[in-house]
Amino acid sequence: MAKKSYSFYPGCSSQKAASASNYMVSVNSMCETLDIELNEIPDWNCCSASIGYAGGGELPRLALSARNMAISEQANPGQDIVATCAACWLATKEAQERLHDDDTLMTETNEALAQAGLKLEASQNVRHMVEVLIEDFGYDELGKHVKKPLDGIKIAGYVGCQTNRPFGIDGESYENPKYLDKLVETMGAEPVENYDQKVSCCGGALAFSEPEKSQALIKDIIESAYDGGADMIVTPCPVCQMNVEVYQDHINQKYKTNFKMPVVYYSTLMSVAYGGSGKDAGLDGQIIKAKQLEELASK
Amino acid sequence: MTDANQQMVEQYRNNFLREVEDNVEEGEWVKMCMQCGVCSGSCPFGPHWEHPPQEIFMMIRAGKRDEVLQSDSMWMCTSCYNCIVRCPRELPITHIMHGLAHYAKRLGIAPKNQPTQKFAQLFWNNLTKTGRVNELKLGLALYFMNGIGEGIKTSLKMQKIGLGMLMTKRLTPMELIGGHKCKDAKGLQAILKKAEELEAARIPATGK
Ligand code: SF4
Ligand code: SF4
Repeated sequence: MAKKSYSFYPGCSSQKAASASNYMVSVNSMCETLDIELNEIPDWNCCSASIGYAGGGELPRLALSARNMAISEQANPGQDIVATCAACWLATKEAQERLHDDDTLMTETNEALAQAGLKLEASQNVRHMVEVLIEDFGYDELGKHVKKPLDGIKIAGYVGCQTNRPFGIDGESYENPKYLDKLVETMGAEPVENYDQKVSCCGGALAFSEPEKSQALIKDIIESAYDGGADMIVTPCPVCQMNVEVYQDHINQKYKTNFKMPVVYYSTLMSVAYGGSGKDAGLDGQIIKAKQLEELASK
Repeated sequence: MTDANQQMVEQYRNNFLREVEDNVEEGEWVKMCMQCGVCSGSCPFGPHWEHPPQEIFMMIRAGKRDEVLQSDSMWMCTSCYNCIVRCPRELPITHIMHGLAHYAKRLGIAPKNQPTQKFAQLFWNNLTKTGRVNELKLGLALYFMNGIGEGIKTSLKMQKIGLGMLMTKRLTPMELIGGHKCKDAKGLQAILKKAEELEAARIPATGK
C-alpha cells in the first residue's frame, strides 16, 4: 500500500512526559509499520475536552478547535484531521459539524480567528485513529503485518464512551461495538466474549473531581474483565486508560479487591504484534506491567 | 444575588423557559422533550443526580429557576453521551447540561463548593494560560482547591500514583517551571477574548 498522510492532532496528554506519552510512542511504531505519515498541526492548542464549560462559553470553546482546524487547513491541505485521543476527536469533530451547519457561529468564529490572522472553512474531515485503521486499511490489511501473533492472551476490549457515542465507528452499534474485539483477534489474541462493561463510563474527567463516584464505576469495569477471564484490558482512549489503570490501588484498599490488571492501548498490542520492542510499544509506560506483552516483545 | 442574575430575573419575569432558550447552549431544544425518562436512566452517576435530566427539563418549563440553576445536578454529567444516542427526540442533552452549568456559573449562582464546578474552572484557567494543559499544575491546583489542609491529605493519598506516573515518564516535574505551551499563546488569547466579546453581545447575561 502507498503511504497515507494525515493532518495530526496529538492533544495535551500525548506530549512528552505527559499522561499518555506512552500511547504516542506505540502509535508512532504502529504507523511506521503501516506507512502512515502523521503531519502534526503546527502549534496546536488544547481542545478543552468535555470539561472546559465552567469557564468557557460555547463560542470560546468552539474557537479553540477552530484554531486547530484553521491551522490544519493551511499547513496540511487536502488531508483528513486525525486524533488519537477520544476527547480531542470528539471536541474537534463536534466543532467541525456545528460550525459547518451554523452560519452565525461560523461568522463569529472567523471574526475571532482573524485576531490571529487565521481563517476557517471547516472543510476537513475529523477522524479518530481507529477509524483510519478500520476504514482506510481494514482488518485483512492490518493482519498482514503481524509477525508475532499475541497467542494465548485474553483481552477485554473496553471501548468506553467517546469513541463510541455520539458518532461511533461506522457500521457499529452503540450498545455492542465489535471493532476492538476484531482488532484483538486480528493481532492473534483472544477477545473476552460478552464483556458487559464494554461501553460503560469510567467517569471521564470527573475521576479527578469525583474520585469516589468514579472509582465505583471503574471497579465494575475491571471486575467484569476478570470475570471474563481477561489477562488485560485494551482501550482506544487515553482518559479511559489512565482512569482504569492508575486507581487500582485505591480501589483495592476501599473495596478489598485484589486488582492488578494491565490496561493497554490498541496501538500497544499492534506494535508488539508487528514485532516492535517493549520500548517501541511504550510498555515501559505501564504502571501495571503487561508482562505477557513484555515477554513476547523481548523474544 | 449578582447583578447579572438580578437583571435576568427582571428581564424574563416568570418565563424561565424563554430565558433558557435565549441564553443557554442548545436551550431551544428543551421544549422538544416529551418526558419519556430514557435519559434519566442513562447517567453513570445516576443516584447522585438530585434532579436527573428529564426532571430538569420539566422544572425549566415549570419555571423553577433557582432550583435548576443552583442545583448540583448538571455538574454530575460525565459527558458519556448515553442520553444523546437514546433520546427519541434527539435532544443534545449533554450540551444542554454543560450549557446550564455554564450559565449558572456566569450568573454567579452555581453551587460554590461543587468539586466539578471548581475543577472545570481550573481546567479552563490552566489551558487558556499557555494554550495547552499543564497536567502537573492542574493536578496540584486540584488537590489544593479545598485549602492547604485538605490538599496535603489528597496529595499524600495521590503520592503513589504521582510516583508511578513519574517513574514511567508520564509526568514531569519540569512542568512546574515551564512545560508545554503554544508558541502563539498570545494569538490564542486574542481569539478567545474576541469570541467572549461576540458571545456576550449576542447573549445578554455576561455576568462578569
Ligand atoms: S430522553 Fe429525550 S425526550 Fe426522553 S425525557 Fe430525556 S430529553 Fe426528554
Ligand atoms: S452525557 Fe451527561 S446527561 Fe447524558 S447520560 Fe451521560 S451523564 Fe447523563
